[in-house]
Amino acid sequence: MSESSTRSSGAYGVLGAAWAVALERLAIGPVWLRKAVAYALLAGVLYWIPTYFASYQVTEYTRIMAFALAALGLNLLTGYTGQISVGHGAFMGVGAYTVAILVTDHGVSHLVAIVIASLLSFVLGVVVGLPALRIKGLYLALVTLALAAMFPQFIKRFSDITGGSSGKEVPRLRPPEGSGLVQDQWIYYLTLVVVVVVFVLVRNLVKSRVGRALIAIRDNETAAETMGVNVTAYKLGVFGVSALIAGLAGGISVLREPFVNAGLFNIDLSITLLVIVVIGGVATIFGPAIGAIIAAELPTVTQDLVAGRFPDFKVDPYRPVFFAGALILLVFAAPGGITGAFKRIGAEGRIQLIQKQMLGRARQVSSGGPDSPP
Amino acid sequence: MSEFLQFTFIGLGKGAVYATLALALVIIYRTTGLLNFAQGEMAMFCTYFVWFGHDRGLPLPAAVLVGMFGGFLMGALIERLLVRPVSKKAMGNPLPIVIITIGLFLGLNGLAPIVFGEQAKTFPVPFGDGSVSILGASIFTRTLGTLAVLAVSVAVLWAIFQKTKFGLGLRAVASNAESSALVGVPVGRMLLIGWGMSAAFGALAGTLSVEGGLDNTLMALPLIYAFAAATLGGFDSELGAVVGGLLVGVITELLARYGTIGAYSVGQDLKLLPAFLLILLVLVFRPSGLFGKGEVKRV
Repeated sequence: MSESSTRSSGAYGVLGAAWAVALERLAIGPVWLRKAVAYALLAGVLYWIPTYFASYQVTEYTRIMAFALAALGLNLLTGYTGQISVGHGAFMGVGAYTVAILVTDHGVSHLVAIVIASLLSFVLGVVVGLPALRIKGLYLALVTLALAAMFPQFIKRFSDITGGSSGKEVPRLRPPEGSGLVQDQWIYYLTLVVVVVVFVLVRNLVKSRVGRALIAIRDNETAAETMGVNVTAYKLGVFGVSALIAGLAGGISVLREPFVNAGLFNIDLSITLLVIVVIGGVATIFGPAIGAIIAAELPTVTQDLVAGRFPDFKVDPYRPVFFAGALILLVFAAPGGITGAFKRIGAEGRIQLIQKQMLGRARQVSSGGPDSPP
Repeated sequence: MSEFLQFTFIGLGKGAVYATLALALVIIYRTTGLLNFAQGEMAMFCTYFVWFGHDRGLPLPAAVLVGMFGGFLMGALIERLLVRPVSKKAMGNPLPIVIITIGLFLGLNGLAPIVFGEQAKTFPVPFGDGSVSILGASIFTRTLGTLAVLAVSVAVLWAIFQKTKFGLGLRAVASNAESSALVGVPVGRMLLIGWGMSAAFGALAGTLSVEGGLDNTLMALPLIYAFAAATLGGFDSELGAVVGGLLVGVITELLARYGTIGAYSVGQDLKLLPAFLLILLVLVFRPSGLFGKGEVKRV
């Protein structure tokens, strides 16, 4: 979507020029060094969060990470491969319930249960992906939507195993002795490690031959097939991996919130995941993380902003309307989401800067500057 | 036997409502080739228009007309302001359109309680709440009434699509907008009217489906059943939507009563399972549905 237009447009150009100038001033040292510093800063902030914030905030950041992880899985399927799923909340639910049932009723250790939950989600993803081989675009969205709608009913129907509407308590995973960590910090770091590892793996995947094959399938399936891409295998595989990541996200979220019930994994969750992907930026690595932060913080920030001026105004009922407005606005203004917009600003800026430099050089030449031949 | 018949009748009553909403889905598909995920929420919102008209003292039939008119305007506006510019830019990529309809889904669902209040609205039951006894089982008068409305709607829609030049234009645009434009069909106007008509039907479906109270969850589940109905009947057939709707209604009711999975009965809780399986199986094995015409692929 974002690739469709590379022409200069006013707002992006102006912003971009400022951005590019700022970057040029700040550009000290080689690219790899700048990247290393940026990642080190990011790592530092992520490490420092649970030592600074209150317990409930740390738990909130852990929740955002789980959403970012699930959205990353969805992005692999929808963003990179072009297969729309409105049902990834169901895979999160499968992961969460597998962990809850195995740990609570069968005494399996948390980490083993999470591994089993991920594998089970993978298998389910492949099963749902099978019809996807014949069903395209809008119809796949329809099937996955029906799946998302059905999942809570399934949980309710088999309530003797799942706990149904009243839910199921899961024993907590306690921090190891002598680590000095309290519960919320321990789960935060555990989640962080999982999320970082999966982000790195997915990044490597999409930059590899496999990633290029997925993008080829998205952009032109027939052409991809002609080029020797095994479309069937890739589609099934990516459906499975995408479901695995969502299931993993569901599984680790049980560590944070040791309680599951049928209402948690409804259609709204599936839609939220898609919204996160779109807001953050389709087919980008950091998009899901940025989208998850915005989706979680936007209502709180807006509440804080208006609270001073209109103390009676409650933001909560407006939350879905905000998201709806943001979504529709984004499709018009920045089809690549936030990340896409920044990329575009960067690209526009570089173009403007180069144009300016060339113009300057041309003026120098024509006015007989020091560089001009005698 | 009479119990079986009883559940069949209940299923017919629900199926008639699904069929009405499925008709709205079919109208959009026939004119624009899109699946509208916001159809249910649009119908819910239009039903509030009907409630508003009735609340201000209009008799129910007049209020329904008001709702349908409001629906038409709403559908036309949505097409003109949101769908058209996006589908122009999307160039065959379905994601932006899905996002727009999901945005509408969230927006209308969130807006309804803000605009009309959170409390569920009381609503007069169309066609009364009596029942007629047939073969030892009773069938509600509202089921009969809904079926009658449905029959008239299908006849009118069929006549419009198949027998008028205008209907031919609508179908032509859906099948190939570019060629239609070349032979002089006003493509934009056709798309606009398609969305308007479909939304107007939503008002009808919503009014018929109200049981007890009206709130923003009115269409959450019926939408899935309506999609199952339209898939089963074929997305490009009005008759298919009706037959599909009735079948889905009856199948889910009977399965809820008699179906089992291992030691578990399907029961009222798992009614979406047959709908989900229908969508899945029909799309995999017969994508054009019972009555639809297969799509011809050109290289």
